[in-house]
Amino acid sequence: MKYLMLVCTDPDYTPGQDDGAPDVEDWVTEMDGKGIRLMGNRTRPASDATTVRVRDRQVLLTDGPYAETKDQIAGFDILECADLDEAIDVASRHPMAWAGMIELRPFWPDDEDQ
Amino acid sequence: MTRVTAQVTDRIAGIYADGWSRIVAAMIRFTGGNWDLAEECAQDAFAQALQKWPVSGVPDQPLAWLTTTARHRAIDRIRRASTEAAKLREVAAMDLEPPPYPSDSEIPDERLELMFTCCHPSLSLDAQVALTLRSLAGMSTAEIARAFLVPERTMGQRLFRAKQKVAHAGIPFRVPPPHLLPDRLPAVLHVLYLVFNEGYGDPRRARLCQEAIRLARVLTALMPDEPEAHGLLALMLLHNARRSARVDAGGNLVTLDEQDRTLWDQAQIAEGALICERALRQRRAGPFQLQAAIAACHATAPVAAQTDWPQIVGLYGQLARLAPSVIVDLNRAVAVGMADGPDAALPLVDAIVGTGQLDGYYLLHATRADLLQRAGRGPEAAGSYRRALDLAPTDAERRFLRNRLELC
Repeated sequence: MKYLMLVCTDPDYTPGQDDGAPDVEDWVTEMDGKGIRLMGNRTRPASDATTVRVRDRQVLLTDGPYAETKDQIAGFDILECADLDEAIDVASRHPMAWAGMIELRPFWPDDEDQ
Repeated sequence: MTRVTAQVTDRIAGIYADGWSRIVAAMIRFTGGNWDLAEECAQDAFAQALQKWPVSGVPDQPLAWLTTTARHRAIDRIRRASTEAAKLREVAAMDLEPPPYPSDSEIPDERLELMFTCCHPSLSLDAQVALTLRSLAGMSTAEIARAFLVPERTMGQRLFRAKQKVAHAGIPFRVPPPHLLPDRLPAVLHVLYLVFNEGYGDPRRARLCQEAIRLARVLTALMPDEPEAHGLLALMLLHNARRSARVDAGGNLVTLDEQDRTLWDQAQIAEGALICERALRQRRAGPFQLQAAIAACHATAPVAAQTDWPQIVGLYGQLARLAPSVIVDLNRAVAVGMADGPDAALPLVDAIVGTGQLDGYYLLHATRADLLQRAGRGPEAAGSYRRALDLAPTDAERRFLRNRLELC
């Protein structure tokens, strides 16, 4: 199963809680090596985001992120895992699970309609 | 209905109570995680049994008959749906040969997998409870909705969403591997205890207590080496044994020391105490085992005055170390008050009051009031009773407190 792993910051996080957090380079090397991480990247902060909407056939642009996402999304990875337990294990070993939070979203396969 | 039909119907009801969850669990595995199909086919199998068995008689291996019938039904359904491209993958994953007719004892028991799937921590606690009652206890959506005092539609949606999430998020149908078990087993135990407590407070919902106990029995049979599972079973048996003495004819709560002990179910107490003792002998004490041991101290005392309070104090001390909570501290203070007198307990209660954590909890003030009263400090006790009265959640509790206040 494919999962989108959204790597997010946590506004309530206070530094020091992530003592012992794993190293991100190690994480990437291990997950790439196992074929679990298909791709991934950091994203530029919200101040560099542009939001696109089309209303009445007019393209409307807004500087910054869609309001509710604030500055939370810091990056993403695409994972290929056997099941949710494996995805949880992979996510819990990412340093941002310690200093921020990670959301796992299963892909919606093309051939499933419901 | 003829007598034979009535007998067969009763028999099927009995088989349903025990067999529903086994058939659903087997069907979830058989259909590769198609929860709705699994339940529909299990339902169909019981419907066919209701039609056929009054005529043909109950087969020697009823569970095998039901499982085989449910499997044939699933194969039919998927074959019919397989013209849709979307279903091809499911068909490919399935063995479409008609399954051999097994005997009851040969049917693999997949209920443990089902328990862990229903109680997966990625589901909300509400969803975990609802799925457990639907899939393992075989309760209808309407019954679960009634038990939790929500509209049937709401419960239906909650169940629907939970099953969808299991399928779509890739929640595995399995017992977690050993390294995850310490994190996951407590969730299963917690859900069963929650189900029990939902039923404990209300006689109309007594069935929830029976179901929680039945499921805990299944759990202990399937996981004999997990002492906390035995501890939970023991705890529920010991509480349930005292059920009928908890409320008097007028619907008033009766405190433990004033309960009519002849109403207690001695067989259930003996069983609970024995299970608890055996679990503790494994020397891996956990919160449920300790609470069961405390309940056993209460339940095995022939009269309230002979309760082994010093042992209860010790057990609460252990519980406070394993699962620290201010409620445990309060209960320990009550036990100290019984073992060593109110003057020994009052500093402990005052320390809890000092933290401010339980300020809105009526039992804190009621406990303090009781200790002050017994210490001969009537006017102070009255003040604490009044505070408790303001906070008490039910009429029964307010009546109880008002009676005590009058004695100050």
